[in-house]
Amino acid sequence: MANDPSIKVECNILVFFHLIYPVTLLYMSSETLVEITNLDFSYPNRAILKGINLSIPKGQVVAIMGGSGCGKTTLLRLIGGMIRAQSGKVCVGGEDIQGMTRDQLYGMRRRMGMLFQFGALFTDLSVFENVAFPLREHTDLPESMIADLVLLKLHVVGLRGAAYMMPSELSGGMSRRVALARAIALDPMLMMYDEPFTGLDPISLGVIGKLIRDLNDALGTTSILVTHDIHESLNMVDYVYFISEGQVVAQGTPDEVRHSASAFVEQFVNGYPDGPVPFHYPAPSLQEDLRMGTRK
Amino acid sequence: MMVDQFVAQIRRLGHGVIDAVMRLGFAARFFMALILASGTGLRRFSLVVREIYFAGFMSLIIISVSGLFVGMVLGLQGYNTLQRFGSESALGVLVALSLLRELGPVVAALLFASRAGTAMTAEIGLMKSTEQLVAMDMMAVNPLARVIAPKFWAGVLSMPLLAAIFSAVGIFGGYLIGVRFIGVDAGTFWSQMQAQVSVRTDILYGVYKSFVFGVVVTAIALFEGFDAPATAEGVSRATTRTVVISSLAILVLDFVLTAFMLGGN
Repeated sequence: MANDPSIKVECNILVFFHLIYPVTLLYMSSETLVEITNLDFSYPNRAILKGINLSIPKGQVVAIMGGSGCGKTTLLRLIGGMIRAQSGKVCVGGEDIQGMTRDQLYGMRRRMGMLFQFGALFTDLSVFENVAFPLREHTDLPESMIADLVLLKLHVVGLRGAAYMMPSELSGGMSRRVALARAIALDPMLMMYDEPFTGLDPISLGVIGKLIRDLNDALGTTSILVTHDIHESLNMVDYVYFISEGQVVAQGTPDEVRHSASAFVEQFVNGYPDGPVPFHYPAPSLQEDLRMGTRK
Repeated sequence: MMVDQFVAQIRRLGHGVIDAVMRLGFAARFFMALILASGTGLRRFSLVVREIYFAGFMSLIIISVSGLFVGMVLGLQGYNTLQRFGSESALGVLVALSLLRELGPVVAALLFASRAGTAMTAEIGLMKSTEQLVAMDMMAVNPLARVIAPKFWAGVLSMPLLAAIFSAVGIFGGYLIGVRFIGVDAGTFWSQMQAQVSVRTDILYGVYKSFVFGVVVTAIALFEGFDAPATAEGVSRATTRTVVISSLAILVLDFVLTAFMLGGN
């Protein structure tokens, strides 16, 4: 009876909900988790973000939207401390990410999770080992406890049955669900999703969207979602920021976005080919390029 | 017009030189960071052992087969040359010294660069292009310590062992041809070798060389993978560069080390 595996799993679930979950909730004591102030970032010869200001409240799912190359992923990388801005502040949980040492940054990242666009699973490790990776690296938990936690995380994303498959055997949607299980392995206070819906079929897309919302609510985390997929996102997020040409051009709740009078939002929501985001990349006039009127 | 073209060419040359110097600086910083991150990597020696399996053990077949044939060729060529001077009895010494001092470390390093070096470059390059390294970094796990340092030390430890195996199998190849096939006296073959080969100046110098080649080849392979553009073409070019730069570095360093070692005697 004492060795009954089902009892062990239930005990671990109790540990999870009675010890880890309340600690996560403690992070929700104040209003804002991520605060970005006057943030400027540029690559050589190209400005990406120009004086961005935005705040992400605790416990909410916030989407950051905009056209390709507008700086959405760069913003996530700045929040994760993977790159440093030229000026401005990125505060997570009240601490400035930009001024952190590597050790401080790693301490902060243990409380963050990130889902990459295509999962970024370690291809030489099985699904089980991928999810176990952060637990093995950052905890001294016994192997039996790690095994239970990994199976629980995989159960949450519906892939407990795929625990011993290799990443090469998974579909795109399954890879992202495994990556999601790995990202939540340490019960992060902040989850970041980089284009989680790209290249998924409608069913997988719906599954990932539901998982993001459900996990955020169940674990009490805060989620930042960088995406193009306006329709899926508006059904599940609490707030939306639109970025264009390195600046926040519109923001609001999904309802406010749906009824927005902003020309940019209208173009983005309806997918118009021309508008505030022009169809043509800046270039000299066609007459000038074709040298019309000057040819002999 | 001519002046503009001249200025453009000078500018291109300047850009090329600046890029090369910057890359060299980045490589030096990468190597320093790799050494600093090695402490964590070496504490978990099982990671190094795993990499020794992939880089060292999996190279055994190509190293052994190449060593055997190089030794057999040395036996044939050596006998053919020595018999002109009536010195066939020195065949064992010739085969052993050629392998221990030169061919063992150099050919084993060239083979190691082609087989294990390219595999390391491709693996690191693909891990980078599929965001596995950045994902690891975002999980607060230093990829230099977790992935790259174990590969580096595996390469450094494997190289002298592979060179030793290459030389040993090569000497056996020379014995097969010289003694078994041509008919040189076995006692003369082995006793001359035992009398003339010095542990300090012949065997150890070969070990020093292969250790240096191990450091250089593995560092080049890992840097090229780490620095590869995150595209299929970028990884493919990095893999090619690993072979070209490693091979040139091995041959240049072999000359420099040989000059120092012979100068010291």
